[in-house]
Formats: sequence, C-alpha cells, structure tokens
Amino acid sequence: MDVMPKWAEVVLVPLISLLLAAILSALVILAIGEDPIAAVNLMVTGALGSTYGWGYTLYYATNFMFTGLAVAVAFHAGLFNIGGEGQAMLGGLGVALVCLFIPWPHWTIAVLAATVGAAVFGALWAAIPAYLQARRGSHIVITTIMFNFIAAAVLNYMLVNILRPAGSMDPATERFPEAVHLPSLHDLLTPFGIAFSKAAPANVSLVIAVIACVLVWVLIWRTPLGLEIRSYGKSHRAASYAGIGAVRITMIAMLISGGLAGMMAINNVMGEAERLVLNAVEGAGFIGIAVALMGRSHPFGVFLAAILFGFLYQGGAELALWTSIPRELIVVIQALVILFTGALDNMVRMPLERIFLAIRRGGTT
Amino acid sequence: MTATHPAIELKGISKAFGPVQANKDISIRVMPGTIHGIIGENGAGKSTLMSILYGFYKADAGEVFIAGQKTDIPDSQAAIAAGIGMVFQHFKLVENFTVLENIILGAEDGGFLKPSLAKARKSLVDLAAEYELNVDPDARIEEIGVGMQQRVEILKALYRQADILILDEPTGVLTPAEADQLFRILGRLREEGKTIILITHKLREIMDTTDTVSVMRRGEMTATVKTSETSPEQLAELMVGRKVLLRVDKTPAAPGPVVLDIQNLRVVDEQKVERLRGIDLQVRAGEILGIAGVAGNGQSELLEVLGGYADGTGTVTLNGQPIDLTGKYSDGRSRRTNGIAHVPEDRQREGLIMDFAAWENTAFGYHHDPAYTSGLLSNNAAIKAETQAKMNRFDVRPPNPQLAAKNFSGGNQQKIVLAREIERNPDLLLVGQPTRGVDIGAIEFIHQQIVALRDQGKAILLVSVELEEILSLADRVAVMFDGQIMGERLSQDTDEKELGLLMAGVGA
Repeated sequence: MDVMPKWAEVVLVPLISLLLAAILSALVILAIGEDPIAAVNLMVTGALGSTYGWGYTLYYATNFMFTGLAVAVAFHAGLFNIGGEGQAMLGGLGVALVCLFIPWPHWTIAVLAATVGAAVFGALWAAIPAYLQARRGSHIVITTIMFNFIAAAVLNYMLVNILRPAGSMDPATERFPEAVHLPSLHDLLTPFGIAFSKAAPANVSLVIAVIACVLVWVLIWRTPLGLEIRSYGKSHRAASYAGIGAVRITMIAMLISGGLAGMMAINNVMGEAERLVLNAVEGAGFIGIAVALMGRSHPFGVFLAAILFGFLYQGGAELALWTSIPRELIVVIQALVILFTGALDNMVRMPLERIFLAIRRGGTT
Repeated sequence: MTATHPAIELKGISKAFGPVQANKDISIRVMPGTIHGIIGENGAGKSTLMSILYGFYKADAGEVFIAGQKTDIPDSQAAIAAGIGMVFQHFKLVENFTVLENIILGAEDGGFLKPSLAKARKSLVDLAAEYELNVDPDARIEEIGVGMQQRVEILKALYRQADILILDEPTGVLTPAEADQLFRILGRLREEGKTIILITHKLREIMDTTDTVSVMRRGEMTATVKTSETSPEQLAELMVGRKVLLRVDKTPAAPGPVVLDIQNLRVVDEQKVERLRGIDLQVRAGEILGIAGVAGNGQSELLEVLGGYADGTGTVTLNGQPIDLTGKYSDGRSRRTNGIAHVPEDRQREGLIMDFAAWENTAFGYHHDPAYTSGLLSNNAAIKAETQAKMNRFDVRPPNPQLAAKNFSGGNQQKIVLAREIERNPDLLLVGQPTRGVDIGAIEFIHQQIVALRDQGKAILLVSVELEEILSLADRVAVMFDGQIMGERLSQDTDEKELGLLMAGVGA
C-alpha cells in the first residue's frame, strides 16, 4: 500500500516545501535589513495584482511550460535532458527562418508553421545527444550540457555572420514582417469585453502551451508509446523483455523532448521579441528542470509549477525594480524554491509519511 | 555457564515495517550443539528475524539471550562479538581477493597486513583440520566454485570465533552433491558443539538435517517441533495454513510434432564470454522439457535469446519456420508475434514493472495488440476489464487491477505474469523459475496451469534450479552445464542423483 493518500502526495508535499522555501527566503531578506512582508506584498501585487503583472507572469509561465514538459517527457524515459536551453535556442533559429524567409498571409498559418519549425530544430538538436546515448553510450547529461554551449555558438555565428541585416551593429535578425505578428492576450480578450493590459507580452502561445500539456498527458498515459516510454524509464531490462527497443525509445523520447523545448521559441521569439536576438532563452531551459521536478513530471503539475515560476520571475523583477533588494537575491529566492521543491523533496516527504503512518495505525488499533 | 542454557533464546521479538508486522511475538530456544531449522514461505518473516539477530534491524520489542545472558545487538559488530556468524544467501566476498584476504577482511589486527595474514593462515589450517573444511587459502574467490565460496563464508564466521552459525537458504546455488557436502560439514560443526540455525524453504533439507524445526507464517511462529516427530506434509500444512499437494498431479505426456528445434545455438555475452556453446534441443507439442542445472550455466541466456533480448547464432525454428536470432526481428515483440510467450526468471526486474498498476502490467509486451488499442490510443478500459477477468480466473489477491505490482505478494505477482502469458495461447511457452519466491499455496496453482497448457498441446520449455520441481513437472529433462547440454533423460527414468552428477559436469 502507498503510505500517503494521493492528495497529500500531490498537494501537501509541494505546499510544505514551498512554505519552507518562503520562510527561509524571509529570513534572508530580514538578514539584509529589508522587510519580508513588504517584499511578499510587492511580489504579489507586481506579478498578480494587475493584468499587466499577469501578462508577464503568464508570458514567463508559457516558456516554462514548454521547457518543463520537455524535461518531463525525457524523465519518463529515464533520461535527464539538461539541454532544453540549447534546444530552445535552436528552436528560435527555426522560428526566425520560417518567419523571415517565407511570406505568410496570416498569423494563424504562420504560427503553425513556426511551431513545426521550432519543434523540428529543437528536436534535431536533441537528436545528436540522443543518438550518442543510444548507440555509443555517451551520457546524455554530459552531451546535452555541452550542446547548450554549442547551440550558443551556432546562434552567435548565425546572427553575426548570416542573419544580421546589412549595416546593423546588433547581432540580431531584422524584425519579422507584420503578417506574422501574434495576437497578445489583450488582442484575444478584448472581443470578450475583458480589458487586458496592452503592454504585457503574454500571447496566443499560452494557448498552444496548454494544448501541449494536454497532448503530452495523452501521449504519456493514453498511448502504447507512452507505456513504452514509461516502461523504459522504469526498467531497461523489463523493457527489453517486452520487446521495447532501447535505441528507439531513447530517440523518440528525446526528439519529443527537444521538440517541446524548441517550441518555446514561438513565445519568446515570435510572440514577444518578434526577431531573434542573442540569449533569447534567458535560462528558461534550466528553469524547465525545476518545473518538471516540482510538477512531478505530470503535465498538470508542470502547468502549475510553470505559473509559480512565472510568478517568481515577474515578482522578482518587481522587487529588483522597486526595492533596494539586489537582483541577485531574487535568484537566491528562486534557488531556494528549486532546492526545496526539487532536491529536498524527501526531507518533507519522509516526516509526512511517518505522520500518516502513525495516523493510520492509530486508526486501526 | 552450563549446558542447560540454550545457546540462543529469543523472547517475544516483534518488528513492524510501516503497516506490515514482519515479526510478531516470536520466541525460540535453540540448544547448543543442535541444528535448528526455520522454515516458512517467502515473506513469512524468517529473514527479518535473522536480521534482528545479526543487528541489521532493531526489534520493536523482545529480548535476545545468548548462552543465558541477555544481549543487546545494535549492529553486526555486536553480533560477531556475541559469537554469531552469518552466511548469507548472496555471499559477501571480494571477488578478486584471495580466500585468506577475504577471511581477515574486517578482522585485521593492527595497521599492518602481514601479521594478520600469517595468523589467519595458521588458524585456517587448524580450522580446516578440525572441521574438514578444506580450502586453498591463496586461491582467488573468482577462481573457486560456489560450494567452495560458501565454505569461505563459513570459515569467515568460524575465524571470528562464532559459536552460532546462521545459514540463509544455503543450498540455493549448490548442486545436490555440493549440498550434501555442506550438510556433512554442518554435521561436523554440530559434533564440535556449534549451534546452527538453518533457514530454508526446502522441506527435504529440514527433514534430513535438523534436530528441531520452527515454522513461521505471516510473521508468527506457528510451531516448533522435533524434526523426528513431524513429516513434510505436516510442515507444509503448518507453513501454508491448509493442506497442500506436494507433488504435481499430471497424466503422462502425449508429445506431438516438434514445435521448437534448436541447432547449434551459441550466445556470446558482452564480456566476450561464450555462454551458450552449441545447444541442440527439441521441444514437442504437448510436452514439458525441463532444463536442469546450477544457476549460471547458461539457462538464463537460453531464455534470453529465445525470448528475444539477447543475440545468438545458430538455427532455431518454430513450427518449422526459422526465427531471427539477431537484428530487427529478433526482439521480444517479434517473438510474441511468432507465438512465443515467456514467463521470465526474474519477474520483478523483467516480467513486471513494479511501479505500474496490475492492468498496465497485463498489457505489458502486448500493448500493441488491437484488443488493447483504439487507433493511436490505448484502450485502457478494455485492458482494465481484461485484467479484472484474468485476476478472477487466476485467483490473484487482492483482485484489484489498479494496485501497483509491487503491492502484490510474490505468488500473486507471478500469477499476473502467468495469466498474461498463458492466455495468449502461445505455441511455445518459456518459463523460468516459475515458483521462485512463491508461496507453497500458489506453487500448486502455478504448476497446474503449466500442466493444463501442456495438455492443450502446447510446447513448454521450463528452466528451474529446483531439481524437485523439474522432476515433478517436466516430462523430459535436459541438464545444462557450462553452456552445454550434458544429457537428456525422461523424467520417470532418472533421479536426483543422476541429474546431480550431470549438473556437476560429470558423465554425459
């Protein structure tokens, strides 16, 4: 029997972890002589207090949903894809090529094509480490990390030498044509009479991210392929007994994972910047790892965790803007959340399990 | 200290792991100079009890008395100091050390090795003479046989002045001849006044070697009896809690045409060692071919290559059609399509995904079956319904398809695998260690199912290290030794002694 009821596992553990992270963060803020209550207030109002704040929170959350799903799918196959960062960079390249070199009549078609372009580029970038793992046994953690650096170099080269418009000093592509401009949440919600901030970058990609969550859920729990991916992730030996090929599953899982990471680019490159710049990903690939950990690799968990991290990102930016709390401290707070929800999971889980055990035994005797 | 004190006495030992009560108010007394057997099904709590005695676990309640003295055993160091020696089922030896180095490991005197080694060498000679435990002190562990390795484990305990020796399933990896030798050594140790606790699930060993025997069931000690005053049937009943059939009920086989034909099958493992060295075998429809042999002589590789997860060379035909031994169509999925079902040796690492629900495990390997899919999606409702039906037919308890495989007992896990494989109606069923770690009650049922499949005219290849199981279940027996077939016998024309010689590589 499982020791804890499911609701405790899914709700209580992350909640307590979060609370611990918040307490520790408050202590750190106290230690540098600031008021933690005021800081929390500022974060909440800044990130959730206005449609402008929500617009940014959801924009970041969209990025994290894609990269979180990417890590989650690979996790299910027992693979640790740390290369989301690089795959998202290459996805950006895919989006830029699709948007710049093909004349699109309307954004609806353009966004579908850009999604495919982003996914293909991200998937191809993940395919090389996947192949090396599957065929040569090179550890995927090492190779995907290395591929992040190579991706940065590739992007640098492409932007400086090939995609940079003549005469520009900026290592970035030119602006995408007006036809591929994606509607923001403001544009989408105005017809329904909801006044959403015009300045916030959240856009239609959010809808695609949510659809991606649902599709990943279907894939993992409702298809034979999902069963194969999960089987391989649990036991290589059992998988080979059942005729589930190691090379095939490693390749498929990593292609899907890389594709999802790449798809992030429709949000940040196509939706927000509307051109490809250097360092467009801004660490979202790594945040995806924390999001997947906290979301227990379940798409709904990833969805919630992505919104939490979106809140932390936006709230943190507000803190840095309005208080003398240094920007670095925001990173500390984010790190604490990652530490408690991801790495120190057992610290909360074990005592909780003991409590539930005691309750159960008390109930039966 | 007088001889009237028991060598070891446990009073009211209890231990719970979470909601599971592994030991419940257990008391035993073992007199010095006797062999005491502890018998019980898997999960009855034998190993937990011995782990408490050896300081691996702390009992929730109860006391331990050694030679009349109340003794606390917080860790294994304390157990050794109290004169308890343990021989584990899986040996704790350093493969590339010599016998002598293994014996002093952890019992060195001082910072330098030389004096310890010299001292150990001397006492080893004495021990060898005293108990007829002959071992070459300079041989490396990896060079000596399993029986010899076990002797090293016993010597390790004796070198640490153990008066009480606990052996956990000691014959699991031995040939019958090696087992006989072990029991001779144990007899000799008893004569010298040592106390021996023998944990086993083999009734015959208990009957042959012990003076007294305790039976455990579900964490409780159900009986302690003098061995001379009991019978295997009575012990089995005490273990299971109801009357059990100890032999397999079956009619003579009616072999039909050859289903599986293996010619010159060879398998080379990743270390480039040839594990199968030219196997020729035939299995006919309506017969059970048993493969006997000590574990590690190529039986696993035979199952792996036939089951589609190891590459091989040679010719294998199924109903006259050759099957691929390498490449794309040699995987488990192709084998299933060919009509080969497989109950693997290690159900926990191969046959099941322990974290998956029973219903997911029921689809496992057959998840592409049209009955289990609709379009691109899995038909989870259909799989669950089928699982429920299978659980009812195979009496899996609890019959809950949502429960994860790890929450079922060994016997019920095996029934889940068996139900999945047998009900595919295969032409050939591969079965590895069908009753390893399975309670006696379930053994009966599993054997009946295998015989029933045979009686439907299917071919069955059975691999088991339990000679009794092979002899009672198989119609024909082939003995494997070092990757080769040493000989084939009809099971009614042979006995354990003859097979035991073949298993040791003698004869042919």
